[in-house]
Amino acid sequence: MEAKIALAGNPNSGKTTVFNALTGGRGHVGNWPGVTVEKKDGAVKGHPGIIIEDLPGIYSLSPYTPEEIVSRGYLINEKPDVIINIVDASNLERNLYLTTQLAEIGIPMVIALNMTDVVEKTGDVIDYGKLSEELGAPVFGICAVNGRDLRLALLADKAIEMKGKNPPKAEGCFSEKTEAALRKIMDLAAKAGIAESPRFYAVKLFERDKEIKLSLPPEVSEEIEKIIQACEKELDDDSESIITVERYDRIAEIMKKCVKLNDAGGLSASDKIDRVVTHRVLALPIFALVMFFVYFVSISAVGAWLTDWVNDSLFGEIIPGAVSGFLASVNTAEWLNSLILDGIVAGVGAVLGFLPQMFVLFFCLAALEDCGYMARIAFIMDRIFRKFGLSGKSFIPMLVGTGCGVPGIMASRTIESPADRRMTITTTTFMPCSAKLPIIALISGAFFGDSALVPSSAYFLGVASIIISGVALKQTRLFAGEASPFIMELPAYHMPRIGGALRVAGERAVSFAKRAGTFITLATVIVWFLSGYGFDLKPAEVDSSILAFIGRGAAPLFRPAGFGSWQAVVASITGLMAKENVVGTMGVLYPGDSLASAMTPRAAYAFLVFNLLCAPCVAAMSAIAKEMNSKKWTAFAIGYQCAFAYAAAVIVYRLGAIFGGGI
Amino acid sequence: MTLNDAPLGKALTVLKLSGDGPLKRRIMDMGITKGAEITVRKAAPLGDPIEVTVRGYELSLRRADAANIEVSEKPE
Repeated sequence: MEAKIALAGNPNSGKTTVFNALTGGRGHVGNWPGVTVEKKDGAVKGHPGIIIEDLPGIYSLSPYTPEEIVSRGYLINEKPDVIINIVDASNLERNLYLTTQLAEIGIPMVIALNMTDVVEKTGDVIDYGKLSEELGAPVFGICAVNGRDLRLALLADKAIEMKGKNPPKAEGCFSEKTEAALRKIMDLAAKAGIAESPRFYAVKLFERDKEIKLSLPPEVSEEIEKIIQACEKELDDDSESIITVERYDRIAEIMKKCVKLNDAGGLSASDKIDRVVTHRVLALPIFALVMFFVYFVSISAVGAWLTDWVNDSLFGEIIPGAVSGFLASVNTAEWLNSLILDGIVAGVGAVLGFLPQMFVLFFCLAALEDCGYMARIAFIMDRIFRKFGLSGKSFIPMLVGTGCGVPGIMASRTIESPADRRMTITTTTFMPCSAKLPIIALISGAFFGDSALVPSSAYFLGVASIIISGVALKQTRLFAGEASPFIMELPAYHMPRIGGALRVAGERAVSFAKRAGTFITLATVIVWFLSGYGFDLKPAEVDSSILAFIGRGAAPLFRPAGFGSWQAVVASITGLMAKENVVGTMGVLYPGDSLASAMTPRAAYAFLVFNLLCAPCVAAMSAIAKEMNSKKWTAFAIGYQCAFAYAAAVIVYRLGAIFGGGI
Repeated sequence: MTLNDAPLGKALTVLKLSGDGPLKRRIMDMGITKGAEITVRKAAPLGDPIEVTVRGYELSLRRADAANIEVSEKPE
C-alpha cells in the first residue's frame, strides 16, 4: 500500500521526535521554535510505501512566516492522504489553534497528543473520547520521547487506515454570523469553480489572505468583499480578528468539556528553574557560566584535544606518512606527490581538523536547544543585540567565533529571522579566531615589543567592527525593513535527550565534511598551484610563483593602507587557505629579522587589521556559503568583509599618521 | 492601561489590540486575543523583553509590542 502522510504541529510539540520514532530514521530534535525549517521525509518503519513528510513547526496557517507558507503550500498543493497532527498535550489550548485550522483543509486527520507523561505529572486529566468527538478526528495519547511506546505503532497504523476516510468536522467553529458569511463565500467560490478545500479557502478569503491567489472573476471578489464588510460591521471588528478570536473561543469551549485541570497549584519544576535562570541578578552570571562551559568544553578542552590530535597526528604524521609511502611504492611523479601531500592532504586536513571541535560544540548547542535554555538566551540578550541588528542568539556564534569561525558561522542556524541570521554570518568572522592569534603574535613581536595591547586591541577591533557593521548595514536596503518580531514561546525546560543531540551533531559534522571533499579541496589545490608554480608551469619558489606575480600586480592597491608590498599581499592570499599560513609565508618571504625593517609599525598594524577582518579561510567561507544557502548572499558577505577590512586598514593607517606621529 | 505598564503577577484581561498586519496577527495567533486572560510574569534582566503567561504557556515579547495591547485588571 502507498500513502503520503504529513506530520504537522507546533514548534516544541515533539514533532521531530515522533518523526524519528515512526521512521526509525534521522532527524533533528530541538527546542528552539523553527528548528526544522528544511523539509524532511522518510518511510514508516515496516511500511516502505508509506512516506511521512515532516513539515516545519508552525503555530498557525497564517501567511506570514516562511515555515507557515511552506506548510500551507504543501498541504494544499501536494495533497497528502492523511495529516498526523502532533499536539503538545501539556500545552493543549494553544496547540489546538493549529488543529482547528488543519481540520479546515479537508484532509483526513489523526491527532496525536504527545507528552502525555508531562500531563500525568501535573495531574490534569484529558478525556480523549470527548476530545475526539469534539474535533471529529481520532485522538491518540503518545509519549514520543519513549521510543518504545507501543502506541506509536498504533498511531502509524491508524494514520494509514485513515486514507480515503472522512476529513475532520470543521463546521461550527465560529459564531453563527461568521458561519453564515463563510457559507455565502463558499457558495460563491464553488460557482466560480473552487472545488477543493472549500472551507479552507472560504476562511482565507474572509481573512483577506494576500497569499491566496485564486483567479476569481472581479464581480465575485466584489461580492465577497461586501459579505466580509457586512460581517465586520455587525461584529465590530476586522475579519482577521473575528476569525482568530472566535477560533480561540471555540477552543476554550472544547477545553472546558474535555480537560479537568488540576488546580493544586504550586510551581512546576520548570517554573522553579526559570525563576533562577532568568532571575534579575543571577541571569547574567549564569549565562556567562554556561557560555564559558560550552566554550571551554568545545574549543579549549575536549574539542581542542581532539583537533590537535587530528591536525598533528592524523593529518600531521599518520596520513601523510601512509600516503607518501604509498606514492613512493607506486613511484608517482614529483609534482603529483606535492599536489597530493602539500595541496590536498594538507589543505583538507586543516579543514577536517575542525571537525572534532565542531562535533563537540554542536552537541552542546543541541543540548542547550533541546533543554529549553536557548530560548532563554535570546530572552536575556535580546535587549543588547537588537540595537545592532542582531538577535539575542547572535552571542553564541560570536563567542564560538573567537575559537574558530567555522562552527561559529554554523551555530548561527539557531537564529530564526533570516535578516538577523545573515547579519550574524556576515560579521561573526570579525572576531579573531585561534588561527589569527599567530598573526597577532607575529606583528606584536616584530613591531611592538610583544605589547599586550596588540592582542587586546584585536578583540576590541572585532567587537567594534561587528557593532559598526550592524548599525550601518541596518540602514541599507538589504537589511532594512521591519524589525523582526520577537514574539517567542519560552518552552518548558526538560532534560536534554543525549541521543537526539548526538544525532544533530553528527549530521552537521557530516554535512560539513562532505563540503570539505569538494569546494575546499578545489580552493586549496588552486592556492597550492599558484604559490608553487611559475608561469612556465614548472615548480618554483614562492617569490617567483604565479602568486608572487599576482601579488606584485595587486600591491599598489594596498599602498593607501601602508603595506603595499607584494610579500604582504601574497601572505594575505595564502592566509585564505588557513589564517596561520600568513605567518609561514611572511617567514619565507622576509627571512631572518628582515620583517621588522620591511614596513613601519603602523603599516604593520594596518596589515594586521586587514588580515583580521578580510575574507576568512576557505573553510569558513565554505561555512558561510552553506549557511547562507545563496550565491548572492555569500558573495555579499565575503565582498563586504574584504571591503570593510580594506577601509578599516586605510583608516587605521591614516589615523596612525595623525595620532601616532611618524611611527 | 497597556500590557507594557501592567503590574507583575496580576491576572489581566485583554481589551483591545492596536496595530495591524503581520505583527498583530502573530500576537493573536499566539493566543493574545480580545478577552484572553494574561499575566505578566517578569521582565528580562535588562528590562526588556517581558515574559507573560497566556493560555497556559509562557511567551516573551518586546515592550514596544506589549504597548499595543490594551488590558484591564481582572476583578478578583
